[in-house]
Amino acid sequence: MSKRKVLQGNIIAAKAALAAGCNFFAGYPITPSSEIAQFMSRELPKLGYDFIQMEDEIASLGACIGASLAGSKVMTATSGPGFSLMQEHLGMGVMAEIPLVIVNVMRGGPSTGLPTKPSQADMMQTRWGTHGDHPIIALYPAFADEIYTETIRAFNLSEKFWTPVVLMMDEVQAKAHEDIEIPEAKDISVYESEVNVPVDLNIYDREIGEKPPRVDFFKGYPIHVDSLEHDAHGWPTIEPNTVHKMQTLRMQKIYHYLDEIIEYKEYEMDDAEVMIFSFGVSARASIPAIQMLREEGLKVGLFQALTIWPFPKRELQERFKRIKKVLTVEMNMGQMKYEVERVAPDDVDDRALLRANGIPLTPQEIYNAVKEFYK
Amino acid sequence: MRDYEKYIRYRTFPSPWCPGCGIGIILKAIAMSFTALKIAPDDIVVVSGIGCSGRMPTFFNTNTLHVTHGRALTFATGIKLARPEKTVVVISGDGDAMAIGGNHLIHSARRNIGIKMILVNNGIYGMTGGQCSPLTPQKFITETTPYGNIEPKFMASELLIAARASFVARETVNRPRPLREVIKKSFEHKGFSVVEVISNCHINLGRKNKMKDPITMCKWIAGRTVTRAQYDKLAPGDRNHKYPVGILQEDNERLEYTELYNKYIIPSAQEAARKNGGAK
Repeated sequence: MSKRKVLQGNIIAAKAALAAGCNFFAGYPITPSSEIAQFMSRELPKLGYDFIQMEDEIASLGACIGASLAGSKVMTATSGPGFSLMQEHLGMGVMAEIPLVIVNVMRGGPSTGLPTKPSQADMMQTRWGTHGDHPIIALYPAFADEIYTETIRAFNLSEKFWTPVVLMMDEVQAKAHEDIEIPEAKDISVYESEVNVPVDLNIYDREIGEKPPRVDFFKGYPIHVDSLEHDAHGWPTIEPNTVHKMQTLRMQKIYHYLDEIIEYKEYEMDDAEVMIFSFGVSARASIPAIQMLREEGLKVGLFQALTIWPFPKRELQERFKRIKKVLTVEMNMGQMKYEVERVAPDDVDDRALLRANGIPLTPQEIYNAVKEFYK
Repeated sequence: MRDYEKYIRYRTFPSPWCPGCGIGIILKAIAMSFTALKIAPDDIVVVSGIGCSGRMPTFFNTNTLHVTHGRALTFATGIKLARPEKTVVVISGDGDAMAIGGNHLIHSARRNIGIKMILVNNGIYGMTGGQCSPLTPQKFITETTPYGNIEPKFMASELLIAARASFVARETVNRPRPLREVIKKSFEHKGFSVVEVISNCHINLGRKNKMKDPITMCKWIAGRTVTRAQYDKLAPGDRNHKYPVGILQEDNERLEYTELYNKYIIPSAQEAARKNGGAK
């Protein structure tokens, strides 16, 4: 029987990770994500699993990658300053194609910024924080039940596509205690990738667009894994054709499967004339605003992105065929607004409601911003 | 085929090292230690960061992992914790281990996690073309100290003893037999072990300091090598330019990290779970 509980957002993510089969956590304390590490330090050893507090965030993600290569399902959790340090090994995770989940609970930045205040200002750091060309999968739940389901989806996607996945949250939802019905184990679908080390050791050998196989150490055939650009064997190379092929493989393993990755929710969108584009805590504030506007007969709907990266480009383009007014609502100085601008045709009036001072946007403010379209 | 050759991955040769480099001696000593201990190649993982010594794992026919600069120990920590029964070796140069990776080094030593580390000390950033490292001796000319190095160097092994490493030894590439013996011994140690190997970089360090051939440079190393007993007899003022070799620290009593985790943390957590009616 599923159980109703009142739980903190951080704890919901940690519980979901256990349900998804997470058996290794390495982390470093940071507000506002520390409860995840604390919960894991208590619960993982009960199951005979591994928890370690490392000396910094660089080390935390390094340990996660090592454990992942040794066959564990790994997670770490952090916030902005720690996520900045993790960019080095996020790149390593992309390059060596390592399944892992990073929870980034967003607080105000830049630098140490506003440790105890929320933001949604790591949107672009998540996409482009590590150097070089790379794909990234990032999910951003808004409601308590979504924290649970999206955490599980984060693990499943990382296993399926052999890639790091970032689970984004903001300080509001991470610290809020909310009513949640925890699903039963039988109602959760957990993806387990098949471990397969080919005899010829060509561990990275596949066609462009093909999903990668998972290879681990200690599977009978000694393999080499490298953070340098590598050939099908994993050995370092600078041969231009091989480099080009490997770059393309890494991009296309994500971009060939957008239908399996991109998820979103819509509210009151059927007849909407104004679309609010939002996510996380700002998406939640948008719903009461829409209710207020609908009571006045204004046709306003919400497109709530659950998958932030890859950006739901096709989905928005489809809606822009009919809807010509869009309001991006986010707690930053306009990061995802750039993406909406990029996707919106010229005849779309695109505006944004932005704030990055540590105070979440309220339904009233969103209501007022939508009303501006009707002036 | 010699028996240690099954640990060598010939497909990745040629090596990137300069003629006369000491790394080859270290590579062979490690392979011979694997042979002596009869560890199956797939039960070993060799991890390294960036640098000349960082390129060593590619040439071992074991599981190998080549990672970011200075961070090899962090990856190795994850592997060891996940699979404590495996042999986890880290190879790191002086720039990799003592500069950018210094934080990970002292914490790995403190934790006493069962990683076997080989710290190749050639006193220079070789692969990047000869810049000053934290182990470059004072007054030496390098690409980034054109007027002479004013910074004192770390004494790597002594620093690691202070950081509570349970096995610390120093050797030089001039002494391949003792080197082999001490690496083998360090591989048998359960906790965190380090063998600091003083090696010659006549190309990037020697050339600018009147030691441009390997023989001159190895003689210079030999002149600075003393046994522990000889070192202890030296007046403190005379110790500055000497390196005591041999095993400098060995504590076999202290429990290794994953042993502690499995003997103490997991049973305590499971006891707590029983009292509270199962895992949450």
